[in-house]
Amino acid sequence: MGERPEIRSQKPQSFQEIILRLQNYWAEQGCAVLQPYDMEVGAGTFHPATTLRALGSRAWAAAYVQPSRRPTDGRYGENPNRLQHYYQYQVIIKPSPPDLQELYLGSLRAIGIDDALHDIRFVEDDWESPTLGAWGLGWEVWCDGMEVSQFTYFQQVGGHDCRPVSGELTYGLERLAMYVLGVDHVMDMPFNAPDARIPLSYGDVFRQTEQEYSRHNFDGADTDKLFQHFKDAEAECQRLLGFDPSDPKLGNRANIMVHPAYDQCIKASHLFNLLDARGVISVTERQAYIGRVRALAKLCADAFVQTEAGGA
Amino acid sequence: MADLLIELFSEEIPARMQANAADALKKLMTDGLVEAGLTYAHAAAFATPRRLVLALQGLSEHSPRLTEERRGPKVGAPEQAIEGFLRGAGVAREALEIRDDKKGQVYIATIVTEGRAAPVIVAEVLERAIRNFPWPKSMRWGSGSLRWVRPLHSILCILSREDGAEVVPLDVDGIVAGNQTRGHRFMAPDAFSVSSFEDYAAKLKRAFVLLDPAERADHIWNEASQMAFAAGLELVEDRGLLSEVAGLVEWPVVLMGRIEERFLDLPPEVLQTSMREHQKFFSVRDPKSGQIVAFVTVANRATVDHGATILAGNQKVLAARLSDAKFFWDNDLRVVLEKGLEAMGAGLSDVTFHNKLGSQADRVARIEALAREIAPLVGADADQVALAAKVAKADLRSEMVGEFPELQGLMGSYYARAAGLPEDVARACVEHYQPLGPSDSVPSAPVSVALALADKLDTLTGFWAIDEKPTGSKDPYALRRAALGVIRLVFGNGVRVSFKGIIQLHKDIVVLDIIAGKHFADEQAAALREARTQLSRARAVSNLNVNAISAAEAAVRKLESDASTTVHEVRAALQLLLNLEADLLTFFHDRLKVHLRDQGIRHDVIDACLAMPGNDDLTLLVKRAEALSAFLKTADGENLLQGFKRANNILSQAEAKDGVEYSFGPDPKLAETDAERALFTALDQAEAAISPAMQAEDFGAAMQAMAGLRAPIDAFFEAVQINAENQILRRNRLNLLHRIREICLQVADLTRVEG
Repeated sequence: MGERPEIRSQKPQSFQEIILRLQNYWAEQGCAVLQPYDMEVGAGTFHPATTLRALGSRAWAAAYVQPSRRPTDGRYGENPNRLQHYYQYQVIIKPSPPDLQELYLGSLRAIGIDDALHDIRFVEDDWESPTLGAWGLGWEVWCDGMEVSQFTYFQQVGGHDCRPVSGELTYGLERLAMYVLGVDHVMDMPFNAPDARIPLSYGDVFRQTEQEYSRHNFDGADTDKLFQHFKDAEAECQRLLGFDPSDPKLGNRANIMVHPAYDQCIKASHLFNLLDARGVISVTERQAYIGRVRALAKLCADAFVQTEAGGA
Repeated sequence: MADLLIELFSEEIPARMQANAADALKKLMTDGLVEAGLTYAHAAAFATPRRLVLALQGLSEHSPRLTEERRGPKVGAPEQAIEGFLRGAGVAREALEIRDDKKGQVYIATIVTEGRAAPVIVAEVLERAIRNFPWPKSMRWGSGSLRWVRPLHSILCILSREDGAEVVPLDVDGIVAGNQTRGHRFMAPDAFSVSSFEDYAAKLKRAFVLLDPAERADHIWNEASQMAFAAGLELVEDRGLLSEVAGLVEWPVVLMGRIEERFLDLPPEVLQTSMREHQKFFSVRDPKSGQIVAFVTVANRATVDHGATILAGNQKVLAARLSDAKFFWDNDLRVVLEKGLEAMGAGLSDVTFHNKLGSQADRVARIEALAREIAPLVGADADQVALAAKVAKADLRSEMVGEFPELQGLMGSYYARAAGLPEDVARACVEHYQPLGPSDSVPSAPVSVALALADKLDTLTGFWAIDEKPTGSKDPYALRRAALGVIRLVFGNGVRVSFKGIIQLHKDIVVLDIIAGKHFADEQAAALREARTQLSRARAVSNLNVNAISAAEAAVRKLESDASTTVHEVRAALQLLLNLEADLLTFFHDRLKVHLRDQGIRHDVIDACLAMPGNDDLTLLVKRAEALSAFLKTADGENLLQGFKRANNILSQAEAKDGVEYSFGPDPKLAETDAERALFTALDQAEAAISPAMQAEDFGAAMQAMAGLRAPIDAFFEAVQINAENQILRRNRLNLLHRIREICLQVADLTRVEG
């Protein structure tokens, strides 16, 4: 356990300030601050910086914001804390450092949660992603009875044992920020500073999009097309990984198209989520679809460990 | 003598695993130390969220020096044999002794195993314990390969004596044992060293850690009760939650808060479940109204604001949770009021019960049909039972049960009342799941009983039909519990029913659902078409895409084999159905034996009753068994049993010898002695008394009448030679014995009773 960073700064004033403080904090701890992945994902874990980089032997440390979409959680912007589009803050460090809990607590102090006044607890919560064929052990972190983060030591991804083990931290940013800022409805949360030239609330930015996407997710999306896209993404992922690794344009050096293939896996996963929201997937089919996405994730993981970044 | 203290300090151990882990540490260490030759006086193990601790008193300092003599080859044996012996014994040639033996002179080796010092043994045993610890789930971390429940940070391992403490030398994958630990994560995080268990426990307390989980639990319970009492309220007891919460904190600080007024009209079970499951709060009741009005939360630290911030935060989280619950409750009620409870269950056709037994809607239809059959047997109105069957599972589609599955049934009863359904129906919604376990109560309202029986019998028949019976310790569908539930429902309510008949009736419905197979056949067909499309597209588009082609081909093959599996399964199910009711009845009988044995009825008594006709009427069966069991405990019963056995043995031997059955009625005119004539009279009298008793199923009275035969039977054997020279007399006497047998076997098969 290292020294406790003595950050007793003022409370943050806005949603974006919390994000900025996390970015700064994890940059100071030596993480590469990445940008969000440019695709629709259900959680920050889907970013290849986590899913793929958790595989293989090479050390890695990254932090990033990831916009995440859970189509079934859409509530037309009316529910105080449910959104179909929200932000996660994701930190992944491989191998997991021995003081990861302390580092994490430091990040809470950085955003104004003073552990001398609050009750912070690590409560058992094992994490599993059936679509990624991944699992790990860890906790949900409680602050005064509220879950503010997910803390996981990855054991397996895409069916591969993680060696070394990555430590993964996921913060649900809206919920955490609402708590820190003392806001009861997410749409009322100040997005930028309340005294900014043009103060904007979360609702100013996202209320309309929540309405539009909720309608889209529940009623609008063309399910026949989505089924077709799902199949296309699945086939494309398999097709890309079916190429001979040796690339004639690189003098026949190995060049496996893992990331392009993984993009298709991400796509398939999101399409499945949309179909699920449209209510056109029965309970029994559900398992089959999850299995199909998992099979893609596994193919990508198998391929990634044969690449340089995968430690081959 | 020394005292041993071990602390394994890690990141937070799941609360539910702590008690078992402390026990396991104690067992692994004490077993290992004893096996290695050490002794100890007393051992105690403790757990907190971050530590597993073992304190051993009076550990011996050394394992004993052991001397063993081993007999070797004869003097003059081949050199190789002697060499081999020396290697095996690990001694030098000159250390061998020569002794006289019966067969001559032999070599004797004396093998000495030196005693080992406690620290060496402790280190060895502890390392083995750490590496083989029985965590339900363990993990690796960082770059290492050691497994523990969560990352293991330090090992404290000291042997303390009067003259000071010694650190046991141990290094487990770079974690070097020492004499240091740390206090509370937030309130006293610095390291300190300790010299004994007393020193350790005292310093921990100063560092805001209560080591003993029982002490933490007591503290929580006492504080919380007092706090509730001071506010004129009472704490709702919850032992499970108490031990869980005690496993979440090292320094429990109890805080109490009020539930906002706007949530108080939620059902108390909803408040309790939401608070317990999500927040690990205790419920606090107003004794006057019985309402849940407040909560107790347990923080893991003291703060300068006396927990004000923590309590406010918890209150806010609770408000958000209860808003959700209220939202679900209001939505569910709206659906029920607008469309009725049955409509709420409309979506049950989308919920799979089991992929071979169809959806929950199919199941509801089956239960309804069966419940209608059972209704008249338990004095329930068939239409009301059918109505209850239709709505009893509807709450599985409610938002509240979606959030809190453990409230199934209970929510149904609330919603049934809201929908204006009869009280019997509302009660059946919750009671048809009962009894849930051996200690759960058995419903007695007729509608509930009919539905509860139908629910369980449908489950049993269904899983029997698809050959998913319990095996050994595996019973994933809790079928033993269901069967015991049936047994308790039947006895609790004196239900008279022929199980064979009812199951025979029901299996036809079950098999129709299985054969219809609509829940997977369609999907398979669709998937098959899809795979074929993919395959032809892959072939048309590209010949590079080997993966897609082979994947599609594999899919087609798999689906084809699935389809033939399906056909096979349906055939197998049909086969199983032939003997289903007999097989299921045997299962019931096995459960019944366990149940009756717990009530002190011997297995041979049960077997004697099982051999009688009508053994699928469990109530009749038990009446019989209870009467027989009681009767055999009396002197009359014991005597009669002996008399019967004597008569039966003689008769059986004669029958075996002569190869005939002596079932021709005996003729009283051939009786020679008074004893023989008296037996005839006694048999006539007994029969006259037994017949009406049997009609009335009064087995006690029937057996009492049989008991009256004991004296005449004894006198008969005394006075009469069965195997008389006169073959006519012999036959008549054997026929007389046959009458005894016939009469005595009316209540139970006494040949199966031991003794």
